[in-house]
Amino acid sequence: MSSEVHAHADAHHAADDHAGTRQGQLIGFGLSVVLTAIPFLLVMNGSLDKQVTALIIMAFAAVQVVVHMIFFLHMNTKAEGGWSMMALIFTIIMVVIALSGSLWVMHHLTTNMMPVHEMGSTP
Amino acid sequence: MTIAAGTMKAGEPVFYVVDEHDHPEGSSTMLGFWIYLMSDCLIFAILFAVYGVLGAKYAAGPAPKDLFDLSLVAVNTSFLLLSSLTYGFAMLSMQQNRLGAMQGWLVITGLFGLAFLGIELTEFAHMIHEGATPQRSAFLSSFFTLVGTHGLHVTFGLVWLVTLMVQVKRFGLIEANRRRLVCLSLFWHFLDVIWIGVFTFVYLMGMLR
Amino acid sequence: MFDTANLTKLIFGRLTLESLPLHEPIIVGTFAMVALGGLALFGALTYFRLWGYLWKEWFTTVDHKRIGIMYMVLGIVMLLRGFADALMMRLQQAIAFNGSEGYLNSHHYDQVFTAHGVIMIFFVAMPLVTGLMNYVVPLQIGARDVSFPFLNNFSFWMTTSGAVLVMCSLFVGEFARTGWLAYPPLSNLSYSPDVGVDYYIWALQVAGVGTLLSGVNLICTIVKMRAPGMTMMKMPVFTWTSLCTNVLIVASFPVLTAVLALLSLDRYVGTNFFTNDFGGDPMMYVNLIWIWGHPEVYILILPAFGIFSEVTSTFSGKRLFGYTSMVYATVVITILSYLVWLHHFFTMGSGASVNSFFGITTMIISIPTGAKMFNWLFTMYRGRIRFELPMMWTVAFMLTFVIGGMTGVLLAVPPADFVLHNSLFLVAHFHNVIIGGVLFGLFAGIAYWFPKAFGFKLDPFWGKMSFWFWTVGFYFAFMPLYVLGLMGVTRRLRTFDDPSLQIWFIIAGIGAFMILLGIASFLIQIAVSVLRREQLVDTTGDPWDARTLEWATSSPPPAYNFAFTPVIHDNDAWWDMKRRFYARPLTGFKAIHMPSNTGTGVILAGLSTTMAFGLIWYMWWMAAGSFVALLAVAIGHTFNYHRSFHIPADEVVSVERARTELLAAGAKS
Repeated sequence: MSSEVHAHADAHHAADDHAGTRQGQLIGFGLSVVLTAIPFLLVMNGSLDKQVTALIIMAFAAVQVVVHMIFFLHMNTKAEGGWSMMALIFTIIMVVIALSGSLWVMHHLTTNMMPVHEMGSTP
Repeated sequence: MTIAAGTMKAGEPVFYVVDEHDHPEGSSTMLGFWIYLMSDCLIFAILFAVYGVLGAKYAAGPAPKDLFDLSLVAVNTSFLLLSSLTYGFAMLSMQQNRLGAMQGWLVITGLFGLAFLGIELTEFAHMIHEGATPQRSAFLSSFFTLVGTHGLHVTFGLVWLVTLMVQVKRFGLIEANRRRLVCLSLFWHFLDVIWIGVFTFVYLMGMLR
Repeated sequence: MFDTANLTKLIFGRLTLESLPLHEPIIVGTFAMVALGGLALFGALTYFRLWGYLWKEWFTTVDHKRIGIMYMVLGIVMLLRGFADALMMRLQQAIAFNGSEGYLNSHHYDQVFTAHGVIMIFFVAMPLVTGLMNYVVPLQIGARDVSFPFLNNFSFWMTTSGAVLVMCSLFVGEFARTGWLAYPPLSNLSYSPDVGVDYYIWALQVAGVGTLLSGVNLICTIVKMRAPGMTMMKMPVFTWTSLCTNVLIVASFPVLTAVLALLSLDRYVGTNFFTNDFGGDPMMYVNLIWIWGHPEVYILILPAFGIFSEVTSTFSGKRLFGYTSMVYATVVITILSYLVWLHHFFTMGSGASVNSFFGITTMIISIPTGAKMFNWLFTMYRGRIRFELPMMWTVAFMLTFVIGGMTGVLLAVPPADFVLHNSLFLVAHFHNVIIGGVLFGLFAGIAYWFPKAFGFKLDPFWGKMSFWFWTVGFYFAFMPLYVLGLMGVTRRLRTFDDPSLQIWFIIAGIGAFMILLGIASFLIQIAVSVLRREQLVDTTGDPWDARTLEWATSSPPPAYNFAFTPVIHDNDAWWDMKRRFYARPLTGFKAIHMPSNTGTGVILAGLSTTMAFGLIWYMWWMAAGSFVALLAVAIGHTFNYHRSFHIPADEVVSVERARTELLAAGAKS
């Protein structure tokens, strides 16, 4: 019980956990430079098939988000007794629902309800 | 902190904390700020959803290919990435209690942020000059709103940065200021994460259309 | 002449003398009454020199208990306004037959139904729910205050500021005529060029800031400030439902903020999000606003479920049946509430696959809700039930809410919804769940926790009057609407051609009148209770022989809630303490660290109000000036590092000694 009491009163110096190390910062930066540069080069070159490029850059974006979360935002499962991670996971679920749900719903709406000649003009 | 009352016999249940210390101030701040960021994230999610649904409605107006200059976006992205790194260095200096170095890194971070905003505004001005105004099509409305909202956040971050620098100069690296610097750090890196979404989905995917 | 016109426009924007609705006798009459009442109140406060007291002890307070009470007052005041609108609608619909136009013109009537919806959801239900959570949650978890006491004060004033803007629209300009969700294209500038929709947008945006921040605040409070020993699965159910509600708030109000911001861009800047031209898509607005809107109804009902759980177990004298399942049901509802939004617009035409997905998720959500219902029933089963007022509301809720739930499942079937969409059947359904669920829950909660907040019980006679008028009135008012909806009558109609329908509207009107008597009885109940407070007094702090921690402290609780932070061993913490002969500590008191009051919240909210007012009327100088001031005050506030003080040990000693004497006197009598 006394450990619980302590954990309860002790949330101070959280500030220092958020600094990370110089090495960590540099690794994160290096990774994100690579993860940014490759998509840009792919698109600017335009050599690959468009759909393949799209998939690749989306994958890179996802990885880069994770890199930023770990190296810059210092996310881990222990911060704030796991509540930060919990909030993040919950938010990701909500974002996925709102984004994919809206796209799905609106796509079906357009397919079902738009007059045919309008459809042709949308590229 | 002990919770056993002296008068109680061993084995009897304890119902209150006897030797209590003051609640450390701001013990909830980090979590609270993180939750706020999550809610902000949802605002962006909606703007992304709007862009996803309306982003191809050009209304016979200009399309991404006619408007975007990827090399400019690349420069802009690198500024924002660099500012994240320099903010990280500022936090390291704070950890080591090197106040001068920390302020220096913060200044550099702020300058990168300003440069980012400058380029973004130039881009906007150029587009508007060419007739690609937010009113022109649903695509442009959602483009300006999504990118502009991110820009507004950066602006707000800059105002906050300056305020904090003044406060650190005035009151030193006290606990409250450290906490605030960490909050701003979360905010700043969070904007970086959003920007990954923006350059991927708006600029790069736009050029692929 | 030209210059003067320009100058007037610069100063007053589009606010002219014609904006004042002097041609509407009903509004002028209302204004006269409100002005007289306001003047009387102002005079009384000045005469009794209460302004300083109110400012120092209430307006600037950071005490969660006082803020909670202020939320309740706001909610009850706005209930009167929202209900006046309801009564006007019922009267109009009851008489507008056989060629009669009724007594409201369409311009006025459309504002009335919009204002009714907006006020009831945002400025009645939300403040009442937030108020109860604010008051009860910190006490239930053994905390001294919320995580961010200043933010709490600020949130309250932002909510009030939104309410002020809505009230303003009654007398200066007009309110939206679009229905409570302001669907475009009707709410676009081309079809609603007046200030109504702008009032709507800014009132909700300003209040939304308050709601969101209070959500963040309460989540942090519940997560971080629980007393030692209170693990998640030992939290009282009301705290659990509050946690889930606030998670819903934080995860859904940003959506509202975003979608209203887009609508305002359409109106102010001329963008094309929800227009009919240039690729805009009004249905995207409908889609987005319901992503907020559906969780919103669960934001309201979940705390009510929590209240019923507390009330049922207290008045059955039993531990809550199925605590764990109750918690899981709450969490499942929280998540599922994000997966059902499309059922509000099945008729949009997304096709069979989309509609069936959302139809099925909607039906699934009734499973955890049903589980809760059975839990309450099993809690009552073989319990020693005391039919005090809160328990009466709970039983009425169980009967009424099940009917509402069943009609909800009917509406969840897409083909059925195609017939019933936008009919009075729908109106009856959501009033059935909101009145039968949220409102009954709030009344149960008020009756239950009133003695905790004020130290005396509410008068049972007038409470029962209120109860019977409300419940019977509810059935009279809304069952006819089910019938009318099945006959195909759509909502928001002002006049009718088919005389055979009139009888149903008259019955509904009678029901509304009974509800009026219910509200009046409620107000009388409060007045009578205040007058009879000596007889109704509760010295024990635990008038209902209750189970959770808030009853361990005195009624009303001291500023610091608990002299010593409690240690929890059981999820019915106070019951456990009573059963195991807890002895109240009488010595060893220490100074207690508490947050200090601040007026910044009032100032910030006031500036937000003027900024919104400037934006609504295109008085750009006012908006810009308020914004700059807002920023300056906010930044200035961050320069204040001294935000707490200590209640000296002597004061704690004397407060606790007074309680000891009170308890002794109570035990003797």
